[in-house]
Amino acid sequence: MSRKPDFKYILSQIHGAENLLNCYACGTCTAGCPVRALDERYNPRKIIRMVILGRTEILAGDEIWLCTSCYTCQERCPQDVKITDLIVALRNLAVAEGHLPPGIAMQSKFVAEFGRLYELSDFDNKKREKLGLPVLQISFKEVAQVFPEHSKSKDKETEK
Amino acid sequence: MNDRYALFLGCTIPARGRNYEMSARQVARRLDVEFVDIAEFCCCGFPVKSTFQKTALVLAGRNLALAEQRGLDICALCSACASSLAESAHQLNHNEELRNEINMELANFGLNYNGKTNVYHFTRILYEFVGLDKIKASITRELNGFRFAAHYGCHYLKPSEYFGRFDSPERPRSLDALIEATGAEAVQYQDKLQCCGGSVLAVDENLAFQMAGDKLSRLKQEGVDALISICPFCTVMYDDNQKKIESVIEKELGIPVLYLTQLFGLAMGLGGKELGLQMNKVKTRTLLERIESGEAIRSG
Ligand code: SF4
Ligand code: SF4
Repeated sequence: MSRKPDFKYILSQIHGAENLLNCYACGTCTAGCPVRALDERYNPRKIIRMVILGRTEILAGDEIWLCTSCYTCQERCPQDVKITDLIVALRNLAVAEGHLPPGIAMQSKFVAEFGRLYELSDFDNKKREKLGLPVLQISFKEVAQVFPEHSKSKDKETEK
Repeated sequence: MNDRYALFLGCTIPARGRNYEMSARQVARRLDVEFVDIAEFCCCGFPVKSTFQKTALVLAGRNLALAEQRGLDICALCSACASSLAESAHQLNHNEELRNEINMELANFGLNYNGKTNVYHFTRILYEFVGLDKIKASITRELNGFRFAAHYGCHYLKPSEYFGRFDSPERPRSLDALIEATGAEAVQYQDKLQCCGGSVLAVDENLAFQMAGDKLSRLKQEGVDALISICPFCTVMYDDNQKKIESVIEKELGIPVLYLTQLFGLAMGLGGKELGLQMNKVKTRTLLERIESGEAIRSG
């Protein structure tokens, strides 16, 4: 088990995690979480506790990837902890350390390559024209340039 | 209020939701909302947020800048796009330092963003700017007697701080009111605000299907005529994946999933084809026949 006492300070510098230290562990977030209702592995309050205790192993685990970004917790937190955004910040840190599910890595790869989550072809545009819909740009060469360097070598994706 | 918007389609609609796009365009035309198409729009940034949130912000900024160049606000059909673009606009429009930082990246696209674009979900435009009265006046085929369930999804109203709180995120009414404008009943049911689970589909398919199956089973019990969606992501879960969900939860469902815009189109007297109903995965033929036979009006 790794402990890094300044973990919470590092994280609270990242957009979305600023109010992290406001948490008083009331559990409102966990009570309304739809993932928690189906899967005991998942517990947003505990994730925040782990962060505050400096337990960086949270970055290598599955939990942070189970959040659906539904914002139920974030809307309800009495302490204005932006829980959904905080989980995004944790994911960004995890990615920087090379931990991410293959499905998520793939999504970023597609967007970098095609400018979209799903590649569109000339054939799609033909179908659109037939339906009377306007033609869309299908290639976005410059988009890859706004992705960080380390995303370009895909061997960073780790198996989970 | 401006009734001209840059139409933002995002990634899912051109690939898997042309029925949404077609019906939205039909409905907009009949309600005097003008859509301007910007072929250069790319991904809204949402799918990249979990990996690199700054990159997500740059992609959003790129789209915001393209709309700004034309002096337009954005109308998004997808709730994830609406939320991601609205959040980015909120950050960029009010923070010059951050805007400057993002503009350095936008130079890659030959663009610059000055913080002037606002972002609205089409459903909000219908509810807040077009208004229920005008919608009611456009309806030629009242759907009295039909029972539809509103699915708000998560990102249409949340995070509420970016949407001006035009409807309550905890006890929303707007989509119910829009359904009722057609003469139909908006069914009240448990867990109305339950998430579709779409965002974990790429991580844990079983969990995602359990979440979606939960809501669909409840609606099966309620005996609704269709689930009404306003997001292509939610529709992928409830409609495209309904067969798979049936096998995961071992229950037969067969619940049609319509986009709000398809429902409006039907109530405006449009045909199924113009609204792309043949592209819906769970068959809508029986429902369509019932609507076209005037059953609704008689029973209502
Ligand atoms: S709702 Fe807010 S204060 Fe309560 S446990 Fe969750 S994060 Fe902490
Ligand atoms: S945003 Fe994530 S943590 Fe919060 S309630 Fe939804 S699924 Fe749970």
